[in-house]
Amino acid sequence: MRVPLSWLREYVDLPAVTAHEVADRLTAAGLKLESITSHGHDVKNVVVGEVLEIEELTGFKKPIRHCKVEVGEATPREIVCGATNFAVGDRVPVVLPGGVLPGGFEVGARKTYGRMSEGMICSERELGLGDDHHGIMVLPAGTPIGADVVELLGLRDDVIELEITPDIGYALSIRGVAREAATAFGVPFHDPADVELPEETGPSWPASIADPTACDRFVLREVRGFDPSAQSPLWMRVRLTRAGMRPVSLAVDITNYLMLELGQPLHAFDRGRLTGEIVVRRAWPGETLETLDHVVRELDPDDILITDQSGPISMAGTMGGLETEISDASTDIVIEAAHFSATGISRESRRHNLVSEASKRFERGVDRELPLAASWRAARLLAELGGATVQPGVTHAEVGVRPARIAIPASHPGDVAGIPYAKETVVHRLEQVGCAVTDGDDPAVRTGGVDPTGVVTGGELAAKLAVAGDDMITVTPPSWRPDLTDPNDLAEEVIRLEGYESLPSVLPKAPAGAGLTEGQRLRRRVGRALAAAGYVEVLAYPFISEADFDNLQLPADDARRRAMRLANPLAEDEPLMRTTLLPGLLKTLVRNVGRGFPDVALFESGAVYRPREGAPRTAPVLGVEREPTGDELASVEAALPDQPHRVAVVLAGEFDRSGWWGAGRQECWADAVRAAQLVAAEAGVELSVTADQHEPWHPGRCAALYSGDTLVGHAGELHPRVIEAYGLPPRTSAMELELSRIERVMPGPVEAPRVPAYPVATQDVALIVPDFTPVADVEAALRDGAGELLESIRLFDVYTGEQAGEGNKSLAYTLRFRAADRTLTAEETTAARDAAVALAADRVGAHLRGV
Amino acid sequence: MSDYDPVEVTPLHADEVSHMEAGALAAIKAADTLDALKQARLAHAGDRSPIALANREIGALPPAARAEAGKRVGTARRAINEALVARQGELEAERDARVLVEEAVDVTLPWDRRPRGARHPLTTMQERIADTFVAMGYEVAEGPELEGEWFNFDALNIATDHPARSEHDTFFVESGESGMVLRTQTSPVQIRALLQRGVPCYVISPGKVFRTDELDATHTPVFHQVEGLAIDEGLTMAHLKGTLDRFAEVMFGEGISTRFRPNYFPFTEPSAEMDLKCFVCRGASAVPGNPSCRTCKSEGWIEWGGCGMVNPRVLIACGVDPSRYSGFAFGMGIERTLMFRHNAEDMRDMVEGDVRFTLPFGMEI
Repeated sequence: MRVPLSWLREYVDLPAVTAHEVADRLTAAGLKLESITSHGHDVKNVVVGEVLEIEELTGFKKPIRHCKVEVGEATPREIVCGATNFAVGDRVPVVLPGGVLPGGFEVGARKTYGRMSEGMICSERELGLGDDHHGIMVLPAGTPIGADVVELLGLRDDVIELEITPDIGYALSIRGVAREAATAFGVPFHDPADVELPEETGPSWPASIADPTACDRFVLREVRGFDPSAQSPLWMRVRLTRAGMRPVSLAVDITNYLMLELGQPLHAFDRGRLTGEIVVRRAWPGETLETLDHVVRELDPDDILITDQSGPISMAGTMGGLETEISDASTDIVIEAAHFSATGISRESRRHNLVSEASKRFERGVDRELPLAASWRAARLLAELGGATVQPGVTHAEVGVRPARIAIPASHPGDVAGIPYAKETVVHRLEQVGCAVTDGDDPAVRTGGVDPTGVVTGGELAAKLAVAGDDMITVTPPSWRPDLTDPNDLAEEVIRLEGYESLPSVLPKAPAGAGLTEGQRLRRRVGRALAAAGYVEVLAYPFISEADFDNLQLPADDARRRAMRLANPLAEDEPLMRTTLLPGLLKTLVRNVGRGFPDVALFESGAVYRPREGAPRTAPVLGVEREPTGDELASVEAALPDQPHRVAVVLAGEFDRSGWWGAGRQECWADAVRAAQLVAAEAGVELSVTADQHEPWHPGRCAALYSGDTLVGHAGELHPRVIEAYGLPPRTSAMELELSRIERVMPGPVEAPRVPAYPVATQDVALIVPDFTPVADVEAALRDGAGELLESIRLFDVYTGEQAGEGNKSLAYTLRFRAADRTLTAEETTAARDAAVALAADRVGAHLRGV
Repeated sequence: MSDYDPVEVTPLHADEVSHMEAGALAAIKAADTLDALKQARLAHAGDRSPIALANREIGALPPAARAEAGKRVGTARRAINEALVARQGELEAERDARVLVEEAVDVTLPWDRRPRGARHPLTTMQERIADTFVAMGYEVAEGPELEGEWFNFDALNIATDHPARSEHDTFFVESGESGMVLRTQTSPVQIRALLQRGVPCYVISPGKVFRTDELDATHTPVFHQVEGLAIDEGLTMAHLKGTLDRFAEVMFGEGISTRFRPNYFPFTEPSAEMDLKCFVCRGASAVPGNPSCRTCKSEGWIEWGGCGMVNPRVLIACGVDPSRYSGFAFGMGIERTLMFRHNAEDMRDMVEGDVRFTLPFGMEI
């Protein structure tokens, strides 16, 4: 809402304060300052002149005039001008040499088109009054020569732009803001809607309300003999422009001006295009209406319409119909001022994707007592400015509405605030808001209904919301505050007017908590472990595309292709919610490489979204009047996808850097596996590794990672096609683990180990096994065979070559043995070693090298 | 044995002892390396050295002679040992001066074979915030990012036709009618926490939220909030203000300037906004005539987050009796907090994953 300060001052007796001081007070009251725009403060030396002579200069590409202009000085000024819309004798604004136009544009005397030009004759745009740049601004005859144009036209003003929250529709008007400003400064407020109305002598154009749920007040007035060529006065155009609306024509400008001033949207019909009684009703099946924007709209049976005998003529509170619109020939006008259902207009506006200044106000709640006054002021302005005659009579269709009443203990606002307020303070503040306050609580006056935002009041819910206590007061909110329905709404009014800044600051004493959960601690440890290992965390968007599945080479039946889809994605080509963390990580890796960092190791820790098999397609939207049952909640949960937490890494380039110490080491599949083990180790979980073929990994370099029988993820080098599809560096590796699964198999606290001091006995063995034998199997056999005395086992060499024999490899292990209670004899260790080798021979066909 | 004459026991003769001592001292002095000194020690002070052998003979003397001989040999041995220690010191100093200098390296050589990584500042910021509240007795609650519409809106008193609902720029899942959205705020966790934990309830919930904003310097469609919820008997707005004041102080230091002003949220009543004085212009741009500020749009203040007393309607929807319990909730922007606390200017840096942005933040923030 843009509020020109001069307009505001018309209805509040503001002291001599700056726009910023006004804005600060309004912000403290809940109308937040967005920006302040100053107009005309830099303008100087612009005066009214009379054109004495015009000489048309020729020989230039466009018409140029050399004028003599009387500006009230000793001699007339000579000014060169490029516009032609003025004549000798016209009064025009002239900026004199040394003068300044809006924007700090300085004007001097200079030679142009071969003549001296001592200043400039101005257009409206040059004066910052509007967009009109078609020609010079011609002032009314009789405007005093030499007068200061800034003063004369009210050029100097500050416009305060306020952010209006959806609950206070009344503040989308000068009237509402003025009321708040008056309260904030403690000065009188003059209500622009407080006008004396003529007696209702009888109806005007016939109208009725057919659907009382759609509209509870509908007012029509008529004017005749309006001069369609009449121009809007400059002051009106300036205010409209500064308030953010474009001047159109006098009749339209008047309705807009009053909407801005009062908050009451108005509509003007061309009387000559109306046929028969106007009826406010919902749409019938199949009805259409061509609206002002030349769009033919198919109407919904829930749409609220203004109709006449010909059918729909306007979408209530949203946009008028083209057919009955006033044109530049309309002389007889019917003005509509109504109060429509807020939810009805909200739905209509969303259904047709049509947000107008009117719909914005109606859906936030308009004062239902305004239509008679607003329509009367519109008729008066059409008469005063457009020469029309106001027809006697007013059509006033109405549905009775009982005002809401709320009973609260006088102490309630203070109880909510945490600081006591005197009863007089509470009553005074509520009265400033416009409420009527009476002592006592009469339950009979408590009423229910639906507030403008669709919130149900009354009934069982009102009983639950009721606040009991001593010294009750009953509060009737004013007609412009339909948002005040609950005891806490009243508390907020009192507290905000008393000032949030005066609230005390007190720390509550929460009961002792249990700290972080195991899962939360695990996620932190995992992040730290990966960062310590050289990985940098990224937080990629969870949006992916079908193309990602193809790029990842996922088979057609891969479960990861089943993804939740956004109805309104930001990028049309990325409508899916990720089922794997890899696409985001890979794209981030490519970005880093592209920016000159070829050695990158990244990780992400976050949710993926996996639709559940057989899940319902929709999650029910439950009621809010009571706590939902367990079954109802379960029905919501059932539709939601599984959202497990995953952790993934990608890495490319050197993992150990090259340097003065020598060559570095290119990352490889093994680093990815190692990253998985680091993560699992933080959970106290040991991973077993088996070879697998699983996209997007290289089929020969892919490890499946298990905790016991539970598959928890994969790691290895990416498939060359994946590398090509994403433009990754060669041999890029990746790992992805489902941390939620690891969390579920986390063992309990670590059992403290015993650390015997008896000496260690070490034995090395070199085993020959067929090439294809997984090392993990050999090691498992050695472990199992060596038995309890084995303390540790370490593979220190893998050799393939002549001495291992064709198709074989040689694995060299160090086995360390130790007993808890004695020094081992050579015989014992050798026996254990032999048992280990024997089991390896048995399980994987290993034999000792050189034997 | 008893008639041994000390004069006849040659090794204990005074001249002989002096001779041994002189020989030892000369050898010690002559030793020019630590190895040579070791040899000299063995030869002149070791178990089989003349002086050691002489020492053993003392026992053979008649008691009257033992004291004198013992004194003589002892003095000599002390002199030899002192010389050894002194020489050892000299030679070690010499070695240090020579060898350790030879072994010197250029310690300014870089050694970054395996650079460390870093955690994302938005992650560590969420953790720091969680820790702040855990220290006050709160627990960390969680909820799904892809959420039921009921949890995200209706249960929070944002009915279907509520203007606030359309202001949320919501991502809908599958269709507008599926009842599923990407949560637009962390507030649905309030509902889940109340339904699951009951009262009293003190929880904090940091996490991802989504709005259909295009990415630019100050907007991103995926951002982070931290939700706080406290429901107990007797909680007031003063408690809310106290909690947020403390939070701001822990995050930004004691000199932080905050503003508490009325705002509107359907799920809180009364509602407020906590603003922080702009970290770029320090509020100066709001004064007419001063240069404008891009960061706060010359308002002088930056919105940190919304808050308020939990609307009794929300308590009712969660089965909590509003006549007995009250409480407050707040939702602060994590990106804002990071921008403010660390002078980060462009939201895109937090999104793009450029390692240059993330690395300096390290493990904790």
